[in-house]
Amino acid sequence: MGKIIEIRDLKRFFLVGGETVQALKGINFSIEQGEFVTIMGKSGSGKSTLLNILGCLDVQSEGDYFLDGVDVRCMSKDERAVLRNKKIGFVFQSYNLLAKTTSIENVELPLMYNSSYNKIQRRQMAIKALEMVGLQNRLYHKSNQMSGGQQQRVAIARALVNNPVIILADEATGNLDTKTSFEILALFQELHSKGSTIVFVTHNPEIADYSTRNIVLQDGIVIEDSYNKNRKII
Amino acid sequence: MGNLISIALKALGNNKMRCFLTMLGIIIGVSSVIVMLAIGQGSKESIKEQVSEMGSNMIMIHPGNMKRGGVAQDASSMQSLKLKDYENLKEECEYISAISPVVNSSGQLIYGANNHPCSVNGCNEDYLEIRKYKINSGEMFTQEDIRTAAKVCVVGKTVVDKLFTDGEDPLGRTIRFGSIPLTIVGVLESKGYNSMGQDQDDCVIAPYTTIQKRVLAITHLQSIFASAISEELTDKATEEMTKILRRNHRIETDDTDLDDFEIRSQEELATMMSSMSDIMTILLSCVAGISLIVGGIGIMNIMYVSVTERTKEIGLRMSVGARGKDILLQFLVESIIISVAGGILGIVFGIAVSSFLAIFSTWRISISVFSIIISFLVCSIVGIFFGWYPAKKASRLNPIEAIRYE
Ligand SMILES: Nc1ncnc2c1ncn2[C@@H]1O[C@H](COP(=O)(O)OP(=O)(O)O)[C@@H](O)[C@H]1O
Ligand SMILES: [Mg+2]
Repeated sequence: MGKIIEIRDLKRFFLVGGETVQALKGINFSIEQGEFVTIMGKSGSGKSTLLNILGCLDVQSEGDYFLDGVDVRCMSKDERAVLRNKKIGFVFQSYNLLAKTTSIENVELPLMYNSSYNKIQRRQMAIKALEMVGLQNRLYHKSNQMSGGQQQRVAIARALVNNPVIILADEATGNLDTKTSFEILALFQELHSKGSTIVFVTHNPEIADYSTRNIVLQDGIVIEDSYNKNRKII
Repeated sequence: MGNLISIALKALGNNKMRCFLTMLGIIIGVSSVIVMLAIGQGSKESIKEQVSEMGSNMIMIHPGNMKRGGVAQDASSMQSLKLKDYENLKEECEYISAISPVVNSSGQLIYGANNHPCSVNGCNEDYLEIRKYKINSGEMFTQEDIRTAAKVCVVGKTVVDKLFTDGEDPLGRTIRFGSIPLTIVGVLESKGYNSMGQDQDDCVIAPYTTIQKRVLAITHLQSIFASAISEELTDKATEEMTKILRRNHRIETDDTDLDDFEIRSQEELATMMSSMSDIMTILLSCVAGISLIVGGIGIMNIMYVSVTERTKEIGLRMSVGARGKDILLQFLVESIIISVAGGILGIVFGIAVSSFLAIFSTWRISISVFSIIISFLVCSIVGIFFGWYPAKKASRLNPIEAIRYE
């Protein structure tokens, strides 16, 4: 099993009106292939900041980050974009689907920025990803014609479509009711069982019971990092 | 690249109305450029054509001097052309093939119960050659007629139609011009309308002596018309004539400002008129060009709004791997599509309007391929130029900030 993520003494500062806000104050951990990690913590503890760095959307102020063995720190903006395109699947709290656009086109989006796939391949990969999230009957529905849960499934399919080394989800169930939340969670568990490596950020302690490992953040540092012995399966 | 175009087309398709309104600016700009150039080009061509209709080697001599400003010109300077000038020119000039004195009088032509307002040109028999008229029936008046100031005339087809409404043969009939009876000895071959819309058949010519003595009671000439042997020799002929007239009028300088006559070749006149029409064309095209720029600013405005409005979308695209340059190109392609599509519609519309004008107005219209190519190129450049800044702005967005943007 290879290390997918390795971070050492990761720090992130923000300059706000002349003052420095320390969002991350030195984080260390590695994530192996096949893990399902939940990152927990109160609002403002730095979860999103951490996940954005892991997702190569943001860059740390100090420390090292290796993604799939590659040092991300010394990469250019464009190189990071390519890395996101090929290795990362990101799921947001607010779905972020393109408006007036069908599921399948939304899912194809990451592949549009990868010249190694042609139109037919894109279609096939998108259909496969939508099948994996159980939306094979909603291929041509537009985003506004679907429920929140379905929209989030499309977003997950979009995160899956490029066969990423890791799927990062930031409060992916935050906008959904309890029942739908658990359906989405079950989907993540299923993806995990099929071999995906997942990092799932949440402030809901219940969800942590369903992962294999739980990291708790508080004020920008890790206060707990434990493996789940009594993992619940939905 | 194919991906980019389909991405851009899709984004535009989501906002059809706005897209069309933005295009409208370009459509109006391009079509007005095309129409203006078509009108300009058309008027230039009609001037050229008119010159060749009238004879491109025609030379006209008028009394007086326009260059002196015309403020303090006394009556004598307007009577500076004498019969002697004409006689000397006719004898001495080597470069002219025909020459005629011209005196003019306007009035009412009367035959029976019909009358028709017309101007009668007094001239000699060379006038036909100079003005490229031909006799259709009957014959031209003779030198004998000129010598005796005979009361004869040759008329154009329009005059015949107006005066002889019941289809009588006009030859040999006597019409009245004011109080003078004139017998028709010939009818001119019809030349139709010239390119300026003037009826060339609405004319009467008579011996100049008749008009001078019997109608106007003058001894001077109003003008002298001549034909150079060929178009190329017009300049030589003009020079020669100037020399002779200066000698006759005892003008000792070479300063054209002091001449009491003015020689104009048809050539010169054409150049002057076409340069005037060039200036007009340039002015009109500038106005049209400005509207194209305004259209371009419209594109810029819309692209700018659209970048702000679609910040979240841009953030999302970046988060799934779009690079800055992918976003830049997407927005650039969008604005180029708007401007080029607008350009094509504008060209179609411009051609339609020009053709409409050609059919329903008296203006001469000439659509040039050049103007189409130019406006198409300008459109594409406008698209790139005005799309660049908003596109650049979009490409520089920070993915996290963009995706969080509400
Ligand atoms: N772009 C930013 N500029 C300034 N401060 C920020 C920025 N992003 C996050 N922070 C600060 O960093 C801390 C952690 O934020 P965040 O990672 O969003 O917390 P969480 O996702 O755990 O709720 C907060 O105090 C927040 O104010
Ligand atoms: Mg957060």
